[in-house]
Amino acid sequence: MDLLLEPLALSFFVRALIASALVGVVCAVVGTYVVLRGVAFIGDAIAHAGFPGVVVAYLLGLPFYLGAAVAAVGTALAIGFVTRRAAIRQDTVIGVLFAGTFAFGVFLFSGISGYVADLFSFLFGNILAIGAEDLVALVVLGLGVLVAVAILWKELLYATFDPLGAAASGIRVDRLEYLFLALVALTIVVSIQAVGIILVVAMLVTPAATAQLLTARFTRLMLVAALVGISSSIAGLYLSYWLDVASGATIVLVQTALFILALALGPRGLLGRRRGHAEDADDQLMGMPAA
Amino acid sequence: MDQQQRTHKRHVPTALGHDHPGGVDATHAHAHADVWLSDVSAGYGERVALEHVTLAVEPGSLLAVVGPNGAGKSTMLKLMAGLLTPWTGRIEILGQPAGREARRVAYVPQAEMVDWAFPVTVEDVVMMGRFPRLGPIRRPGADDRRAVQSALVQVGMARHLRTQVGRLSGGQRRRVFLARALAAEPDLFLLDEPVTGIDPTTQELLMDLLEDQAKRGKTVVATTHDLACAAARFHQVLAVNRTVVAYGPSNLVLDADVLARAYGGHLLVLDGRTVVLDDAHHHDEAAPGERHFHDHDGSR
Repeated sequence: MDLLLEPLALSFFVRALIASALVGVVCAVVGTYVVLRGVAFIGDAIAHAGFPGVVVAYLLGLPFYLGAAVAAVGTALAIGFVTRRAAIRQDTVIGVLFAGTFAFGVFLFSGISGYVADLFSFLFGNILAIGAEDLVALVVLGLGVLVAVAILWKELLYATFDPLGAAASGIRVDRLEYLFLALVALTIVVSIQAVGIILVVAMLVTPAATAQLLTARFTRLMLVAALVGISSSIAGLYLSYWLDVASGATIVLVQTALFILALALGPRGLLGRRRGHAEDADDQLMGMPAA
Repeated sequence: MDQQQRTHKRHVPTALGHDHPGGVDATHAHAHADVWLSDVSAGYGERVALEHVTLAVEPGSLLAVVGPNGAGKSTMLKLMAGLLTPWTGRIEILGQPAGREARRVAYVPQAEMVDWAFPVTVEDVVMMGRFPRLGPIRRPGADDRRAVQSALVQVGMARHLRTQVGRLSGGQRRRVFLARALAAEPDLFLLDEPVTGIDPTTQELLMDLLEDQAKRGKTVVATTHDLACAAARFHQVLAVNRTVVAYGPSNLVLDADVLARAYGGHLLVLDGRTVVLDDAHHHDEAAPGERHFHDHDGSR
């Protein structure tokens, strides 16, 4: 018990715990839509695009969140706009923007001498270093994203499942698409401090992917994903504290372990499918993907 | 729109026998039509899908849209649903520009357009029909659950409330999608291939339900490949092949001469029964990036 309570006496650990728990939930909720839409690649691209924003904010002495938010949301909307208007495939556009924006960040950063430690924390996160002001910004942004999803979860669900039917019934699918990309961007901005640019895609995708192996019902899927997100954040942070290793990487590793466990043992995982015949038709915890 | 006006029927203008389908008395039918298209042309990218379409569909119609693969059947439906903006011409749906009265329209896409592995149950899908009238924030209430239950009873799927949609048969999936449309309580049903690839029992059930909706003054427009079904169960038929080839009561439109024009000679008349031979060249080709709106007419 002392092992769990002892770090709570340290204010930096408490701040890190609040931040990483919230990041775990926000990423899992938005990540549910990311996984169902099959747009993990977009998340990765937006994360890398946040990098030059962070560097510019750093150089100008502006808040870190402001730079990241402007760059990430800007890139997200650009992806949405270009793929709607130009005759280029979306993955091609993303591939170009992904590498291009990240290169711009490296280009800017390489002009600054002797800040390798900071570069490392941008790329891989350093939640234990989060200050009180950054924590407030993180909580406000994170709660904002959750409120937006709470307001529009039905419309996002309908537009993801059947965009044509949703659009025909009056749901503004085109506007929702932009809003969704902006929400993904803000989620990533919130997460950069915790896990960094490189690992954020795991925070988005892994909890929802794990939940998909456990349930075939949307609302449960989002709930399970959020539980996986928050529990791996807390467990990962404690583990990293005890073992004195990088916190972001530890959180992601806990998520990955849970995913592998669900993949092996879950009702919709590798072993579950073989037992599939005995399922009760109305038990939504069991379910096979469509043939 | 009140029931009195909905049941007030006028003579349906038809293009039957005209050389110019656009020459019908569409402007006069306008005020009473649920679906009204005036000299509409549309397509995808550079490719023309439909041109010079003029058409008025009266309230209470049960209309089948027929034609060979790539003739523009699905495009016609998407124009009516406001999913596709016409290049030229005007479209009014339920008396307003297409898309304006969207909450009174239920559109059911082709089965192939949907990811059936998606983690939603039968109840979830039918409840989606209620989302537009709920608007953001509001959660489904008792009224919505009643509407979902009633729609599922009508299509005979009430026992499958909690089943994931991927585990349903093809016919059951069509039933669930029709239930979603019924739960929306629309004035206009737009259905893309609702009876394609399903068992005769389900086909009869779906057609009975649609006929019932038409009797209540609702308008039903459905594309179909099944000419026998169009002749037997629909009241009007619209034959298209890039433009309107024929439009009128199903018994008049579905004769061999008109069909020969719609299907461009790929017809075989055997002892009074018409068989359509599809030509590989009629499968339309969408450019990359347009796959979303591709006319999936299926193949035989």
